[in-house]
Amino acid sequence: MNNLFTGKLTRLIAEDPDKMGEVIERWSRDSEFYQLFDSDPTLPRNAKRATERMREHAEKNRPGNFPFDVVRLEDERIIGEGGLFDAFSPHHNAWLAIGIGERELWGKGYGTDAVHILLRFAFQELNLHRVNLGAFGYNTRAIRAYEKIGFVHEGAWRGVLKRDGRRWDMITMGILRAEWEAKQNE
Amino acid sequence: MVLQLFEGEKIRFAAFDADKDAEIFSKWTHDPEYLRLTEYEAARPLAPFHIKKKFEEMEKDAHGDFYYFVLRAKEDDRAIGFAHIRWVEWNHGNAHFNLAIGSPDDRRKGLGSEALQMLLRYAFEELNLYRFTTHTFEYNDGAQNFLTKHGFQLEVRRREAIYRDGRYWDALSYGILAEEWAKSADSK
Repeated sequence: MNNLFTGKLTRLIAEDPDKMGEVIERWSRDSEFYQLFDSDPTLPRNAKRATERMREHAEKNRPGNFPFDVVRLEDERIIGEGGLFDAFSPHHNAWLAIGIGERELWGKGYGTDAVHILLRFAFQELNLHRVNLGAFGYNTRAIRAYEKIGFVHEGAWRGVLKRDGRRWDMITMGILRAEWEAKQNE
Repeated sequence: MVLQLFEGEKIRFAAFDADKDAEIFSKWTHDPEYLRLTEYEAARPLAPFHIKKKFEEMEKDAHGDFYYFVLRAKEDDRAIGFAHIRWVEWNHGNAHFNLAIGSPDDRRKGLGSEALQMLLRYAFEELNLYRFTTHTFEYNDGAQNFLTKHGFQLEVRRREAIYRDGRYWDALSYGILAEEWAKSADSK
């Protein structure tokens, strides 16, 4: 059997509140990163507080949430975060999130690699029927990557985000198990 | 200011009153049809005790951003349903809502329409939202017609995202913008 958590460029480790505090403090100094990752107002974070918050979250975490940190194989550095959320319901689907916090590593295939690991986990371990994600209209790099991976556009909440002084859509994309399986045989 | 936000023609918006309302809310959750039309979660009947607890948890999770209305029939003040607004994103001006009429006897009488009109006014003239979002299921034709009639647009169709009665159904999102509402009959 393959190692489910390892891809070609990255591997996924359990979300680690103790390690992530410092990392989040550093990433959050780049206001653009959390604008790409989160619809909440972007803010500089404090390492200690970020660790505490993550611990509190972990305690409340529902069993269907699978948060991971993304580690680069080359140097074992944490370069991103993501996961599958709300996976335990009678409806066999989950929400996927992924973000690469290290700006100099954007556009190099790390996010795509991590998404491939998450999809394999979703379809071959959680045995889901589909995976959903939401992409911000201004995040064209991510949208193109999701399309290439095989996600299909399923509509958009019109103008739901206001950033940089204008309105943007939130795009919903989804991939069905059968679509993902067909991609594996290409 | 004489505009009444909580007084409709046949219904009014009231605060949830655990002592008065938990009993009837519990009764609705014993109707699988009601649960299938309104709930994403697995159908689960709730005792009055659990209704109270669920309400308290929702209130706590909302961190103060909690807009929950019990719909009361003005003729006898009984609870006929609820409407609530959640996940307000103040920086973007969006929120999600849920609205339900509990008993089949109270449906198809225009009470839901009146409640939605009041809720839209609250969303756009009290919360000052830019847009308003809600969700339903492919098999709920009633909700789709209801939303379309009130000016909502179908925005997202998540394919095969709901598994019920042995098959997959699409999950649907509907949205309306403040400017669309302002031009509609509901805002008059």
